[in-house]
Amino acid sequence: MSPIAIIALIIGIPSLLLLAYVFVRGSTGLRRYILTRIVLTLPMIFILATMVFFILRILPGDPVSSALGPKGTPEMIQSIRTQLGLNDPLIVQYGRFLWSMVTLRFGNSLVGGHRPIVDEMSERFPATLELIVPASILALLVGVYGGALAAAKRKRALDFSLRIYSVVIYSLPIFWFGLVLQLFFGVRLRWLPISGRIDAVIGTSLKTITNIYSLDALLTGNWPAFFSVLQHLILPTLTLGLILSGVFVRMTRINVIETMQADYIAAARARGIRERVLIYGHALKNAMIPVITLIGLQVAILLAGAVLTETVFSWPGMGSYLVERISARDYTAVQSVITVFAMLVALISLAVDVIYSLVDPRVRY
Amino acid sequence: MTEDILYSIRNLTVEYRTRAGSVQAVDNVSLDIRRGEILGLVGESGCGKSTLGKALMRLHTGPARITNGELWFDGRDLMTLSDREMPDVRGAEIGMVFQDPMTSLNPVQKILDHLTETIHTHEPETSAAAARTRAEELVERLGIRRERLNEYPHQMSGGMRQRVMISLALALRAKLVIADEPTTSLDVIVEAKFLDLLRELQKEFGLTILLITHNIGVVAEVADRVAVMYAARMVEVGDVRDVFADPKHPYTQGLLRSVPNIKLDGGELYKMDGAPPSLLHPPKGCRFHPRCPFAMGICSVEEPSLDAVENDHLASCWLYRDVAVKQEARNG
Repeated sequence: MSPIAIIALIIGIPSLLLLAYVFVRGSTGLRRYILTRIVLTLPMIFILATMVFFILRILPGDPVSSALGPKGTPEMIQSIRTQLGLNDPLIVQYGRFLWSMVTLRFGNSLVGGHRPIVDEMSERFPATLELIVPASILALLVGVYGGALAAAKRKRALDFSLRIYSVVIYSLPIFWFGLVLQLFFGVRLRWLPISGRIDAVIGTSLKTITNIYSLDALLTGNWPAFFSVLQHLILPTLTLGLILSGVFVRMTRINVIETMQADYIAAARARGIRERVLIYGHALKNAMIPVITLIGLQVAILLAGAVLTETVFSWPGMGSYLVERISARDYTAVQSVITVFAMLVALISLAVDVIYSLVDPRVRY
Repeated sequence: MTEDILYSIRNLTVEYRTRAGSVQAVDNVSLDIRRGEILGLVGESGCGKSTLGKALMRLHTGPARITNGELWFDGRDLMTLSDREMPDVRGAEIGMVFQDPMTSLNPVQKILDHLTETIHTHEPETSAAAARTRAEELVERLGIRRERLNEYPHQMSGGMRQRVMISLALALRAKLVIADEPTTSLDVIVEAKFLDLLRELQKEFGLTILLITHNIGVVAEVADRVAVMYAARMVEVGDVRDVFADPKHPYTQGLLRSVPNIKLDGGELYKMDGAPPSLLHPPKGCRFHPRCPFAMGICSVEEPSLDAVENDHLASCWLYRDVAVKQEARNG
């Protein structure tokens, strides 16, 4: 089984279970809502793929001339173009592209060894997953806990520091922040590696199953590899996770403060419930409702951030793959990556909506 | 006095700090709440009655502060308790029912969890099953089927939510229940049922209830005694029959005359002149004197104290003081 299929199973089985749960337990309204959302996602992905297809063709340069460089004679370029189907009428190419998307085969790369895109993505996608999952968890932990803490210590030193932190971190450019972390922890202190996913020597001992290295190392009990993966993960995770946490700190803080003004908090206080429980139990749970919406909106920003983070840390994921292939004008690869990203965003925001309806009992679709 | 007093408020002052200066929303108020009675606290909007109700549990946050006074509840002064000790009193010994039942319950918490959380906060040793049983018995007594405990607040009607609020106040057998405008957001039929329930509970549990309302009709219906507030001061306190039959303070008189009568025999409804004063700059002397039809010279100079006019009927008005006392006050 190919790695990407295993990952599809890892993501797919829980989401199918969630869907099944919602369909069995959920209201008819919720069921109809999910179906509508899935149906609406399809034209969205179609429009996006179409836009990417045509924008790529408008861009100057093409995969063949950028691969051959100044060495390529016009005759060579033309013959390779014909071979790759790039001289077919645009509408034919477009039809071929759409069909490859529908069948999820994505076609072959236009540069290098002309490998199937699916194979290339099955190496790259797990790396991105290994980066964005811990980064999102970090962003949420720092964001939600920091926000609640700031609200609890409102107008005191800790609150002010957290607010300054959130603005500063939110406005830092990712690549710059990544570079600073590299310089400090990698170059100055020499504590942590600054690029790649695993130590090159240790990496040869790792048997890959899912291509999520930390998972593979755990599955095969390869502890040196596991620790090497963790070491390599720290700086990219910090870069992406902390930058995303800023907006969550602000959002959680303001929502907790607002909720603390609510009548039911005053009523709970009048029942003798302690301030700590009021903030971290009652108010935070209510304040999470808008924050969950924000998570859905941040998915796209998370993926964009992953592209930058991967580039800075030479992290061989989808993001650096995308950047490489844009400069090589590898039309098929770029189209495929963007389409996969779009599917991912649609899937996660749908999941967020479902979770939303489970957290807030008042939501009826 | 032989009456058994549950809560004795002495010289209570609650201050709000605002940008325009500090405002005494409750100014030097003394009041006794007797064990087992329903005491109606009436007054118009902004007279300080809700502030007083909150102060009884020291619930103020933000700009409000109790600047003076003693709060003798069941033999001890709550003002001497620390902020850590206060939550033990809230909910367990004094319960509160808020004005708007639509917003006073946590929307993401089941009704059952509201009750068990309250029980566990004060009695951590109670088992989950025991707390559940207690919650079920309590709400059934209040006319809510036990299955509804698993619902969320938004699934219940306003009257039902207000009964849940009461059950929360009763969960720990509180001795005193402060009900702050509990029926204002209910329609008249639900209101009547709710007031009946309040009466029943008072008898059954030997409850003491402080009923804060602007609706003098509600007080007439359920209260044993009534206290009237005007512009942060207490102006009249007495048995509900005495006060309604023979109001002493001109403000109370005006208040009672401006209630519409169902017979509609008196032609046009009485309307008090003027408006309540700004608490930022209250009038000197008696605060009602600019609107009072009986105002005398002394009224704008010296403030009358709240004293017995008849047996067990207090009013703060110069009309009922001896001339000699008035003279003395004017000279001294």
